[in-house]
Amino acid sequence: MIYSLAVYGPPYTYQASDTAFHFAEALLAKGHELHRVFFYHDGVYNGTRLSVPPQDEINIPARWSELAGKHEVDLVICVASALRRGVLNATEAERYELDSDNMGTAFNLSGLGQLIDAGIHSDRLITFGA
Amino acid sequence: MILHTVNKSPFSQNTLRSCLRVVSNEDSVVLIEDGVYAALDDSSCSELIKNALQRVAVYSLLPDLKARGIEQRIIHGIQTIDYNDFVSLTEKHARVQSWF
Repeated sequence: MIYSLAVYGPPYTYQASDTAFHFAEALLAKGHELHRVFFYHDGVYNGTRLSVPPQDEINIPARWSELAGKHEVDLVICVASALRRGVLNATEAERYELDSDNMGTAFNLSGLGQLIDAGIHSDRLITFGA
Repeated sequence: MILHTVNKSPFSQNTLRSCLRVVSNEDSVVLIEDGVYAALDDSSCSELIKNALQRVAVYSLLPDLKARGIEQRIIHGIQTIDYNDFVSLTEKHARVQSWF
């Protein structure tokens, strides 16, 4: 089956991102395809590449990036949610004339249409709410 | 057939109560994250799940029960599952409704 996930929770504050990650690993282990993970609302904070947790803790944003690299998962950050929260890639930083960007390269900035598209393209769309 | 996930404690929010109001007989409920507190036996919220078990299957995510140290104190009739089982449940149910 083809799965997509929607993650509404930021890393560390709520368990949503962690649950979604374990669910993603489990579905991939069962031989399913993970088409897309859509990060919405505070979930966009999962897309930072500047997270530096203590050494004995999990780096949640980096863990998503590794998973995407290994299984070719489309990690989409909602652009409207991200810009107002200060999560930007280099293109957006340049567009708004800001001095830096902070998004991981494994993540793609795109619109809410990608969530609808994920629902159409996938057999299952599972939401992990905060 | 809908699989309902609930991730909020019934001691702090009405998420589970809202879910159970609309759950139909062929549906199933999965308690995840703080939602697993609803699985506690002999609590002020136990009746919610005990009544639900009369008509729907109720599952609870074992890693989340263990993380909260309550895996030995859950209501009889609740089935404990791991992430692999959680995925299997989403295969069997055509839709997943997340309550949060």
